[in-house]
Order: sequence, then C-alpha cells, then structure tokens
Amino acid sequence: EAGVGGFYQNKKTFFSFFFILVCDPADVISTVEFNQTGEFLATGDKGGRVVIFQREPQGEYNVYSTFQSHEPEFDYLKSLEIEERINKIRWLPLHNPAHFLLATNDKTIKLWKVSERDKRAEGYNLRDEEGRLKDLSTVTTLQVPVLRPMDLLVEASPRRVFANAHAYHINSISVNSDCETYLSADDLRINLWNLNITDRSFNIVDLKPENMEDLSEVITVAEFHPHHCHLLAFSSSTGTTRLCDMRASALCDQHAKLFEEAADPSHRSFFSEIVSSVSDVKFSHSGRYLLTRDYLTVKVWDLNMENKPVETYQVHDYLRTKLCSLYESDCIFDKFECAWNGTDSVIMTGAYNNYFRMFDRASLRDVTLEASREVCKRRAVLQPRRVCVGKKQKETDVSVDSLDFRKKILHTAWHPKENIIAIAASNNLYIFQDRLTPNGHHNTPEIQSAPPKWQTQPNPPTY
Amino acid sequence: MAGAEGDDSLYPIAVLIDELRNEDVQLRLNSIKKLSTIALALGVERTRTELLPFLTDTIYDEDEVLLALAEQLGSFTVLVGGPEFVHCLLPPLESLATVEETVVRDKAVESLQKISQEHSPVDLEVHFVPLVKRLASGDWFTSRTSACGLFSVCYPRVSSTVKAEIRQHFRTLCSDDTPMVRRAASSKLGEFAKVLELDYVKSDIIPLFTALASDEQDSVRLLAVEAGVSIATLLPQEDLEDLVMPTLRQAAEDKSWRVRYMVADKFSELQKAVGPEITKNDLVPAFQNLLKDCEAEVRTAAANKVKVFCESLPEDSRETIIMTHILPCVKELVSDTNQHVKSALASVIMGLSTILGKDNTVEHLLPLFLVQLKDEYPEVRLNIISNLDCVNEVIGIRQLSQSLLPAIVELAEDAKWRVRLAIIEYMPLLAGQLGVEFFDEKLNSLCMAWLIDHVYAIREAATCNLMKLVEKFGAEWAQNTIVPKVLGMANDSNYLHRMTTLFCINALSEVCGQEITTKHMLPVVLKMSTDQVANVRFNVARCLQKIGPVLDSSALQADVKPVLEKLATDQDMDVKYFALEREILSLISMRVCKGLFLCITLLFNCFSI
Repeated sequence: EAGVGGFYQNKKTFFSFFFILVCDPADVISTVEFNQTGEFLATGDKGGRVVIFQREPQGEYNVYSTFQSHEPEFDYLKSLEIEERINKIRWLPLHNPAHFLLATNDKTIKLWKVSERDKRAEGYNLRDEEGRLKDLSTVTTLQVPVLRPMDLLVEASPRRVFANAHAYHINSISVNSDCETYLSADDLRINLWNLNITDRSFNIVDLKPENMEDLSEVITVAEFHPHHCHLLAFSSSTGTTRLCDMRASALCDQHAKLFEEAADPSHRSFFSEIVSSVSDVKFSHSGRYLLTRDYLTVKVWDLNMENKPVETYQVHDYLRTKLCSLYESDCIFDKFECAWNGTDSVIMTGAYNNYFRMFDRASLRDVTLEASREVCKRRAVLQPRRVCVGKKQKETDVSVDSLDFRKKILHTAWHPKENIIAIAASNNLYIFQDRLTPNGHHNTPEIQSAPPKWQTQPNPPTY
Repeated sequence: MAGAEGDDSLYPIAVLIDELRNEDVQLRLNSIKKLSTIALALGVERTRTELLPFLTDTIYDEDEVLLALAEQLGSFTVLVGGPEFVHCLLPPLESLATVEETVVRDKAVESLQKISQEHSPVDLEVHFVPLVKRLASGDWFTSRTSACGLFSVCYPRVSSTVKAEIRQHFRTLCSDDTPMVRRAASSKLGEFAKVLELDYVKSDIIPLFTALASDEQDSVRLLAVEAGVSIATLLPQEDLEDLVMPTLRQAAEDKSWRVRYMVADKFSELQKAVGPEITKNDLVPAFQNLLKDCEAEVRTAAANKVKVFCESLPEDSRETIIMTHILPCVKELVSDTNQHVKSALASVIMGLSTILGKDNTVEHLLPLFLVQLKDEYPEVRLNIISNLDCVNEVIGIRQLSQSLLPAIVELAEDAKWRVRLAIIEYMPLLAGQLGVEFFDEKLNSLCMAWLIDHVYAIREAATCNLMKLVEKFGAEWAQNTIVPKVLGMANDSNYLHRMTTLFCINALSEVCGQEITTKHMLPVVLKMSTDQVANVRFNVARCLQKIGPVLDSSALQADVKPVLEKLATDQDMDVKYFALEREILSLISMRVCKGLFLCITLLFNCFSI
C-alpha cells in the first residue's frame, strides 16, 4: 500500500522539534487555538475553563489569563444536562489592545474580552485609601480622583452571550473574513450571527428532514473561507464536504461544490461509512485548498477539483485491519483535528498512543512524533517513532498491538507564521518549537513552488 | 466657587464623585449621569484640569457607563468655560472614540460632531482637525472607523489646504485593509459627498464610490448602494448617466443577493434621486428584474416597493408602464412559492387600485386580490383584508363583498386559533368599511359565534370586538341586535357561556349607557347571582363592581347591595372575597365611614371563617 510504503521509507525527519512547555490544566483539553499573530494560544477544557498563554520575547509561552467560560447547566424543558465543555475557541481579528475570542459549549456561544489594566484611581472624598470613613468635618474641599500606575492586571469579561439558537450540539464556530459575522454549526443546521447582535441569527443551512427517520447525514464541521466572505465549507458524516456561496441565496441548501471521492467498491465494508466521516475541515491559509481529516486519512482538495483530492495521506493505515475492535471500543468515532503550517506546506494531525503525524507536501516525507511526559525533557529534540505491523525492525519500533488507544491526540494547532505547534493530549498541553525558528529560516520546502509530482492537475476551472 | 458655601453642600457632590468609582455599575452610571452637577460644583477651572483628565483615562468601564459618559460630554461646553475652551473635551471623547464597543464609539462620534460646531474656525484647525487626523491614522480599526464620521462636520469650515488633506485622509480610509473601516467609509460616503464642492464630488467621490461598489466584501458593496443614492441627488442630471448609473446598474445585478436586496430596499429613494427620464429607461427594467429575482428576500423587498414605485412614476407614462411592465411581474408574484413575498405584495397591492382607477382595478387587479384572498397563508389574506379601504374608495365594497365574504368566513373558522384571533381584530375595521346593513346581514352571526368559541382568548377578543362594534354602530343598534343574543346566553347550559354573558356585560355596559344597563343587563346579572356554579357567582360580584359606575345610586342601593350582601355570605371563599371587595369599593366611593367600619368587620368575619 502506497501510504504504508512511504512511511517505512522515511529515513530522516524534516523537523527537529524540541519541547518548550508542558502545562497541565486541571481537566481534559477539548480545543486548542492560536490567535492571528501567534502571540497568544488559547485552550478550552472539559470543565468549561479557558486558559490563555502568551508568548514571551524569549519564545516561551506562559499563562496569561485563566477564566471560567461556561458552567454546567440544565435544560428543564428537555431534561437534558448541558455540559460546560468548551467545544471550540475562535479568536477575533485584533480590534484594539484588548483581545477577543469566541468560546462555545454544546449550546451557548460567548464572546470574551481579555484586556489589561495597569492604572487605578486613587483619592476618595469621604474615605481614606483603606476604605475607612473620614471625619466629615475634615472634608472641606472636593477631591477628584487621579489615576496611578499599578501592577498589570489581566481581566476577562464576557461581552456577549449568543444563546438559544441551536437545538443540537454545536460542533463548530468560524469567524467570517468580513469581521462582522460568524457562523455556528450544530449536527443539522448552520446559523449566521452578527457579532454585535445576540438575540437574532439567520439559519443558512438546514439538513433536518421533515421526518427524522429520513435522516441520512449530520454536519460534522463548518468553516468560512479565509478571504472570501461569501464562501463557507461544511462537511458531513457521509464523507462529503460542501462549499456554499452565500451570495447565491439566503438559504445555502444548494451547495456550489461538492467534494467527494468515489468509494472504492473493493474496500466496501460495514465500517466504510463510519471511517469516511469527516472529522475536521481546514481551509489553507492561501484559501485555495481544503484539508479534510477522516478516520484513517488526511486529504488535500483543490477548490477547483471536486471529484477527487489532490493529495491523500495515510495517518494510520495499519488500523484498517483493527476496525472491528476499534468499533467495539467506540474509538472509531474519535474526532481527530488537522492543521496546516503557516505556509501551507506541511500538514499535521493526531493519532493514537500520544502520537501525532506530519506530512511534507512537497517532499512527501512524513514523520510520527510522540507527545508524552516521558519523552518531553526540557529542550530535548523529539525523536521520530515508528509503528510496525509485523516484526520489529528496530529496538525503538512499536508494534500495532501495543498501541494505547486511550492515549489519543485529537486537538492540534500550528502557529500561523512560525514552526511552533501546540498538542493537546488528554489534560496535558505540549508546545514544541522547531530548532531553527524563531528566525524562521528553516529550509522547509515551499509547496507553491513544486506541486506534488504524482498528481496531474487538470486546468482548473475558474471559480 | 462652590466650595465656599460650606460642608453641607459639599457632601452630596463628594458622594457623587466617590461613586464614579463604586463597584456597583448602577451607582457609577448614576454618578456619570449627574456629571454636569459634579462639573458645576468643581467650577470650570477644576473641571478642565482635574475632572476631564481623569475621565480621559477611565475607558475600562462597562459599556453602559461609557455610553452615558460619551453622551454627557456632548453637552459639556458651558461647563468647561464656553466655546473658548471646548477643545478640552476632545481628549476624553477621543479615547471613547477608540473603544471596541460600537454603540459607545458612535455616541462619542455624535458628541464630537456636536461640539465641532462650537469650535471657532481657528480652534477647529488647531484642535479638532488634528484629532480627526490622529483617529484616521490610528493603529486600530476602531479609531479609523470613528474618523470616517468626522470628516463631513469639519470640512465646510476649514481652509482649502486642510480641505485637501481631509479629502486625502478619506481616500486612504476608503481603501483600508480592514473591511470594518471600508464599511464605515462606505456608509459615510454620501454624507461626506454632500459637503464637498461639486467638482470634487466628480473628481474624488465618484472614483471612491466606484471602488467601494466593487469591493470584494459584500458588506462593503451593499453599503455603497445607499451612498450612490445620496451622490445621485447631488449631481446634475446630465452627469448621472456617465458617473453613477453604470455602478448602480451593476449593483442591481450584483452576484450577491444581499447587495441586490439593498438596491430593492432603497429603490424609492433611488427613483427620487435619478429623476423621471432615467427611471423610465433604467429603473423600470431593473425593478422588473428585482421582482423576478431568484432570491426570495430580494423579491420580498422589491414587492414591498411596488406601490411607492408606481406612485412615483412620471404621470404621463405611469399607466402604460404599470400595465405593460409592472403588472405582469406582479401577477407572477401573486402565485410566488414564498409566503413572505406574497405577504409583502398583499400589503401594498391594494394601493395600486387608486393609481389605476376603477376600470383597470375591476379588470386586472380584482382577480389578483381574489387569488390572494384565497391564499393558503393566513398572513397574506389578512394583509389584503386590512387594506380593503383603498379599494373601497375606488370600486365600492359591494363589488368586493361577493368574493370577500367567503374568504372572511373561512378565516373566521380557521382551525388555528391565532388566525381566528387576527381576523377578529379586523372586524371593527371591516364593519366600518362595509356599513351596518351589510354587517348585520353577513357578519353578525360570525361575531356571535366567536362568543362560544372553545378557546378563551377568542371569547375574550370577541367580547372586546362587540364593544368596538357598539362604539361604531351606537347603543340603539346594540339593543336591537347584540344585547338580546348576549343576554340569551345567560340561560345556556354551559357555565362558560353563562360567564361569557357576564364578560360581555362588563365590556358593553359603558358603551351602552345607563338605560340599557339598568333596564336589560342588571336584572340578568342579579338573577345569575343564584347560579349553581361558584365561578359564575363570583363573576357576578366582579361584574357588579364593573357596571357599578354606570348605574345610578338608587339601583345600587335597592338592587345591587342586597345581592352583594348575600354573596358575601356565600359558601365559596372566592365568591365571598369578590363580593366583599365590591362592597368595600362601593362604600368607600360613597365616603360612608360607618360603612367602612362595617366592611372591615365583614372582612374579619370572612377571614376568621
């Protein structure tokens, strides 16, 4: 098999990541996201907390602010518990010195402002600085307070709460490039919000059939195009990804494009549909490509070619024979995320056994790395891992049968400009940095200069 | 100055100043709203040197506090020493104009616009214009968006060199990197164009307008439409075709439905701005396209404009244009697939009859009305019915009634109670339009049927409807047609219907007047005091309270009082309560102290049981 072959031929790594931080928020991390400059990194966890890290001038990330974004709630109408777990975090483009981010749990989206305060007012008329009442006879003139410098205080305040618009669980939020609107998607619907208006949202996609028995697919992820304010992509549990043009009509039930690869009939099995369900979709920074992750592969799609992906990378093809036991343990429903690096030349996604995978699009090299407490010694360079199906070739090889399926890396994020990555493994957050950054002169091959060789690209129709 | 008056007068001000920093937002807000009091007490000097610098730095506060502050500062000129010192207000407003909250920024800009008028021409150039420039070249988009709203207020009052600079700044903002700033520039373009010299409108504004109208962001393009309308009003007729129309035509055919929606929404303004010739040649086909747009939202917006558009067509060719171009599109919209489109059309289509006259209405419009009256969506039918008066004036209601009545009956018996409720609300209006004779003949029975509807909200609305009908047709009509039927229900076997009689009496007694109430209604009410159902009995007590003011005192003493006293000893707790309440009120109104005492005793009796 091509993917596995490529894997074993890999002799040397194309990154030498070293470890710079491990942080242990009290709860299992459920989302990781860098802001637009990469200076800040936010994580959300199962306990509804958001932790923001700031990058110091020396390159280290330190905790900047921690706040409780969501609390557990109870829907009395449906007798349902609403978990506080943060499903997604999205940063807003910079407004002013304060930072804004959207965080969502299953039902409610909140807009948070994180700001700094370094001054405080002094001088009361009727009290002294300790707050004791002054003798009124001594108050003979009015005093206007003055502002004096104080220790830096970072405050997080909820600015808006966007609630009551989703009947199902919210799986994605995405800010539009117009910086005025954002979308939120649940299993069956996608809503469009104005960031300033909390009491109204517009339904733009509705997959709910008249009769729920006719339900054949659910929305798994939705994302706006990075530059074109009218384009959005959403993927479904059937393995398709649809591109919608919001200019065409108010309801985007009719897609502009449908990205779907014809299933190989020889591979059809009970699990075919489950493993083809798309668990993450990411537009490339350039806006030209779509990256989709399903259970076994990551695929790169050119927006101009709908019938097949331009690249397909096997993440852990050795699991193909183990789907039955993975189904029994529910692991087959794990939702792995995927990420582009800043120049769209490398792809990263998570796997089991605390492993994560990287694929260089130009050289076709790939690597498996491990994020775990044991291997993460300070400033130690990460060593590539290998999983073997049959006999071990080397001492360090790991056999498929000894993989720990409870240790999974679902959430990953790549710094928008530099080779810094954030990996969430249960309740640990690992941040790794490539040895040659921050100068950014690593000789990562640029994908734009050399499109993958095995694929012949037809003349793309103009979109 | 104020300090000299002594400590007593200082205290409230001191509290206000301290509460500027209270932890409770509400107290801070109260304090900010009394900022003028604080400033007055401090005097102009200290306001300028101490209060304003403090306020300039307090931008951390909650939005509502900042909003109140921004508003206050707009009328602070006197408090800082008059126009001579008005520029002292610029620093705090400048920092408010950069906060992230849009409402606060907008209010700060509004206040800045206001105080710009109080600057002398010299101060404007020395203090105000530099502030605008600072905002326009600020690092954050928030300050740049605020700047967009300030150019137009200072432009007319500055020298030509500064004018050139201002135009340059505006140009820069129109091609800003962030869509937020371009949106702000786009929305202020029309306002800015108004204060520019005509030559500059042509040389500067038109290129900017063209660029913004073809921006990559839909949200910028759609705001340019409105600017286009304003610009069109400024230009002489002969320049419109070359300078504005190509862009507007392009907007009407934009790929994005939101832009086309905006064109449809602003169509009447556009029509007014471009004049009759261009309307005939350009706007008519454009309007036809909008009415046939593939997006229902656009069709809805366009359908809403049908009447206004037709009204404002040049008189000489109005009828031809409507008959040959507009009406065919309208005919299609009548059977549109989208209910909102049909509903929008139904709310304006009746207005066409006054424009087209009787013959055309009968021949062309009436069939459309009838189709809409039979529409599957009640909202469409209701919109038609609620605008019947327009057609009434043109062709008379008789002609309409033949087809109208079945539709109304159908709505009146709709399975959804909300629909029935809506049609009841139109009954008084219809009654007024149709006249008493027609009403008695066709609709009266419907109104009575609603009184025994199985939904309470309908019965309630029906009683209210009766009251309005009596207001329209008078007491005599009520006595002959309604009252006998209402009173007849008092003997109904269903206690809910018997109660409806009481509710009707509640509503009708006042409009019917003393004579009918005393002679016809009161005996029935009194008789019902012996009803076997407690709910009816206590409603008798409430009813007596309600009709009390209409009755004369002899009737009160002779008939009402004994009954109430009897009810006050009723077996049922609620009946007793309402009877006593009535008793107390009536006695208090008679100002009988002894009676009051009696009442209190009665109350004690009541609660001790």
